[in-house]
Amino acid sequence: MNAARRRKLALFRWIVVVVLGLFFLLPLYAMLEFTTRAANGRTAQTWKTLADWRQIQENYPDLSTGIVYSLEQAALTAVLMLILLVPTMVWVRLRLPWLRRPMEFLCLLPLTIPAIVLVVGLAPVYAWVTYLVNGSSIWLTFAYVILVLPFAYRALDAGLSAIDVKTLSEAARSLGAGWGTVLWRVVLPNIRSAVLSSAFLSVALVLGEFTIASLLSRENLQVAINLLGKSDTQISVAVSLVALVLAFVLLFALSFVGGRRRSSKEAS
Amino acid sequence: MTRPTPPPAPGGGVGRSRLRSLPSLLGVVPFGAYVVIFLIIPTLVVAIGAFTANPEDGGGVTLANIKALGERQVLDAFVFSISLSAASALMGAILGALLAYAVATAKPNGMLRRVVTSACAVLAQFGGVTLAFAFLATIGLTGFITLYLQNHFDVNIFSGGVWLFELPGLTLVYTYFQIPLMVIVFLPALDGIRPQWREAAESLGGSTWQYWRLVGGPLLAPAFLGSTLLLFANAFSAYATAAALVSQGSPIVPLQIRNALTSEVLLGQQNVGKALALGMVVVVAIVMWLYALLQRRTSRWLG
Repeated sequence: MNAARRRKLALFRWIVVVVLGLFFLLPLYAMLEFTTRAANGRTAQTWKTLADWRQIQENYPDLSTGIVYSLEQAALTAVLMLILLVPTMVWVRLRLPWLRRPMEFLCLLPLTIPAIVLVVGLAPVYAWVTYLVNGSSIWLTFAYVILVLPFAYRALDAGLSAIDVKTLSEAARSLGAGWGTVLWRVVLPNIRSAVLSSAFLSVALVLGEFTIASLLSRENLQVAINLLGKSDTQISVAVSLVALVLAFVLLFALSFVGGRRRSSKEAS
Repeated sequence: MTRPTPPPAPGGGVGRSRLRSLPSLLGVVPFGAYVVIFLIIPTLVVAIGAFTANPEDGGGVTLANIKALGERQVLDAFVFSISLSAASALMGAILGALLAYAVATAKPNGMLRRVVTSACAVLAQFGGVTLAFAFLATIGLTGFITLYLQNHFDVNIFSGGVWLFELPGLTLVYTYFQIPLMVIVFLPALDGIRPQWREAAESLGGSTWQYWRLVGGPLLAPAFLGSTLLLFANAFSAYATAAALVSQGSPIVPLQIRNALTSEVLLGQQNVGKALALGMVVVVAIVMWLYALLQRRTSRWLG
């Protein structure tokens, strides 16, 4: 690449990044500005309230239950998704290769079915869940696993494709390992970063989920934020901002995990 | 079976051949059962409900719900949803492609790429309520920019009506999550472009314009179109942002579904809601099918 073109490219890059960066940062800045507004001048009151968990519990019970539910849903969704997908995907690769295509189709199907449509069909299913277990918001996890299926499947599939599952597991089996050992001590450590990225994606998605929870009248973070937006706007905007930044930090940290794997593969 | 039968191993030969048939399938039963309960059954509920009369009318097969899709109000919602999705998909695709190109030409493991890709992953997923609030705080009636322009330049951005809740406003808000999604889905295609192709074009005397028109453009066109379709489907399915932003009326289809689900005024509209939902699935399914077609074309060149 010649010098003139490289300079032109760098200029183009800066213009695009600065202009779009402004477009993306302005609403975030506006949120920050909004939360520090007072009758005259600025105040950090909203943020002080937010930093004090006990005060939130007392003054905003909906918000605190919403936060707790969302965190529980996020953790449970990630775990359930991994328990459901990883063994099945490994098993299909090893024993039922003809099932790979149908399974991929099933996992990507939720992309074609909008969450709002899923809600319509989920209502009777959740009537049964409520009847069999109870109506706790935690069971939204079942629907969330379906929502994260396409993203998790892609991440795990990429991870499994990068290693030779068949050879690894046959080697372990010939040394006397059972299926549990193969999965837990051979396959899992080899797809660690794929597992991590699918789990983080699930967490980010669940923390942002609103449609299903709201229409099935369950509680989670976004439902609480939306409710609070009608009474105490500043707090709800502040919580939105925190959730957004938290998710960003999570995925930014993830970019380093993924990067390490890539570079180690290049080195080998 | 693609694998040839292995010679019977001492001690384990009989068990292996038996394992391969029925018991192997048992391994996928938990996953299969889960998907049937929480994905297949809900889909069937929607599909069957769309063609079933409401219980008040005695049930039975009917086309009345589908006919209800032809009502003025519903048609308007579909037209509005489709124009909103198309406008925001186009805006998002063009701006997102520019940003993706800026990132693709930067250092592969550099800070810019890391920050942009993780920010995009968050913003593409995290729309919803947060986004609605962010824009209310920015260009709402007491938003930061609204007030700033009013106080410093005496300009009222809403002098021509509150456009934030109409097509232009919603398009702007939707663009905020469309650009990041475009970066995520279009970046792999840009990464697949090899510098050697550019060098080859240059060594044959081609200019930058000729390279983009004759080599880069045609190579990227299927990926670009496919990504735009995906953005369209994404906007068409979006519910949370509009639900948190628009409190009166239901201009888009997802909000109409909410209406049909929760409506107290129009009793017995549940199955019309299912017909609306089926209508959405049909639109998204067509779009995703086209996307898959283009994707296959893309992967032939830009793996």
